[in-house]
Amino acid sequence: MKSFLANKTPYFFIAPAIILLSLFSILPIFVALIISFTDLDLVGISDWSSISFVGLENYKDVVSDPVFLKSIFNTLFYVVIGVPLVIVLSLAIALLINFGKARIFKAFRVVFYMPSITNVVAVAVVWSYLYNPHLGLFNHVLNLLNIPDVPWLQDPIMAKISLILLALWRAIGINMIIFLAALQGIPKTYYEAAQLDGANNWKQLTKITIPLLRYAIFFVSITTMIGWLQFFEEPFVMTNGGPLDSTTSVALFIYRNGFQFSNFGYAAAGSFLLFIAIIIITMIQFKIQNKQQDY
Amino acid sequence: MKSSALPKESLSSSVKQERMQQWVVGIILTIGGLLVAVPFIWMILSSFKPESEVMQLTPTLFPEQWTIENFKNLFVNMNFGLYLKNTIIVVLWSFVGLFLNAMAGYAFAKFEFKGRNQLFFMVLATMMIPGQVTMIPVYLILNQMQLTNTMAGIVLPGLVGAFGIFLFRQFMTTIPDELLEAARLDGASELRVFWQIVLPMTKPILAVQGILTFIAGWNSFLWPLIIANDESLYTLSVGLQLLKGQYGGNFALQMAGSTFMVVPIVIIFIIFQKHIIDGYTISGMK
Repeated sequence: MKSFLANKTPYFFIAPAIILLSLFSILPIFVALIISFTDLDLVGISDWSSISFVGLENYKDVVSDPVFLKSIFNTLFYVVIGVPLVIVLSLAIALLINFGKARIFKAFRVVFYMPSITNVVAVAVVWSYLYNPHLGLFNHVLNLLNIPDVPWLQDPIMAKISLILLALWRAIGINMIIFLAALQGIPKTYYEAAQLDGANNWKQLTKITIPLLRYAIFFVSITTMIGWLQFFEEPFVMTNGGPLDSTTSVALFIYRNGFQFSNFGYAAAGSFLLFIAIIIITMIQFKIQNKQQDY
Repeated sequence: MKSSALPKESLSSSVKQERMQQWVVGIILTIGGLLVAVPFIWMILSSFKPESEVMQLTPTLFPEQWTIENFKNLFVNMNFGLYLKNTIIVVLWSFVGLFLNAMAGYAFAKFEFKGRNQLFFMVLATMMIPGQVTMIPVYLILNQMQLTNTMAGIVLPGLVGAFGIFLFRQFMTTIPDELLEAARLDGASELRVFWQIVLPMTKPILAVQGILTFIAGWNSFLWPLIIANDESLYTLSVGLQLLKGQYGGNFALQMAGSTFMVVPIVIIFIIFQKHIIDGYTISGMK
């Protein structure tokens, strides 16, 4: 009896988590794949008999949808400009904080991390006010410096940059902490030896710190890249894709087709294309990383 | 120590140079920190200004006339009391999820059973699935289970998470088996072993996960937005989104709503920040 119970115990412990993960993570993948080949919409939800298989039609339509193509361009714009900025800035701040010896430097960790824990809607509300063309703080400060108004969220290109600025502000904190943790893992003796050899700060940074942070940098670039390919919350709450879809990301395109236009099959096809793109880009990054290690 | 071989003059000059560098770095970080803090400072100061002052074309830094009218309005004109209650319910449920994560992590760490490795691999694999792919099917599944527009529908999809299970498992493998065996020999039930021995030993990771769970629950936005049709189920962030739509021109009220949402989290974060930041070092992030 006892051994029978002992055999069952682990299953009892994992059951709730496994059931929930299967239901809300594993099963949805298959559901998404199936419905991406159907014309499922609002009618189809209540009456399954009205759903019909359309083969690859959704995929064919979505790759020729001008809004989808525009959203791919926008997402690449976010990734190409945003990801390097996140890595460079969070690494720079982590290095500066790590360089400081006084106690006060620890307080900076809190300041730079704070935007990461702030609710995205609250952030959007506050930044919409800051970006406001007439009443906003940013334009007011620029005017004081004799610089004309900037159309923060009104101009198609500027709106994208404004959203990147906001996302950058939110993303630095968490990556800075990851870099700081990695920096603390570097043995002090390396630096002492380098100092004995007369290496200056810059030499120590480029010859010891950066090479030893390679794994952390790789980790941050992979996770940031995956995150920014799914860029969603900022355009969703700030601009809802406007003006003229110039800030619509692929993720926002999928959300809109699914929940606003109820084209579930069409949206699922779009989401699978995004998934495949993420897998391919991640694999390329791993390939590049492996090549670099060969040196 | 590095200067033992150097003559005295250059010693003092290198100390001076070092102090100089520390000051420069401190000043750069202070400027950067101020820039990062501007949205917070502006939000809090504006929330105490009367609406007329916020609408002036030349903004004031400090309110000329401090008022808490905006905060009162949140509860009188909007239903912020109700949103707060719902948010707290979501947070409490997310702590149940934390407990389920710990349970699963414990079983993966300390039991041998059939299919353990396969199941654990499955758990890890769920981390790679993008939210956009599962979003629509999860909604359809919840709809099929008749859970749309219910609290269960809001909390269930995010209740357990692979990352939490993974962290608990990593940490719990370090608990010695002898300790658990001794307790079992004393006749403690499996649940009691978990509750009274394993959980207390997991405190550092429990602290990190607890705070992160609280923050995530408090901030939860997308599922409440998708699932809740009735205002009676709105959380603070959905309510704030509604406020942004309804009172688009009233920035003072909007800032008060944001302050009400953000400041509690910031206070909790400042109190517990050491645990969170050290937690990344515990998790072996190198």
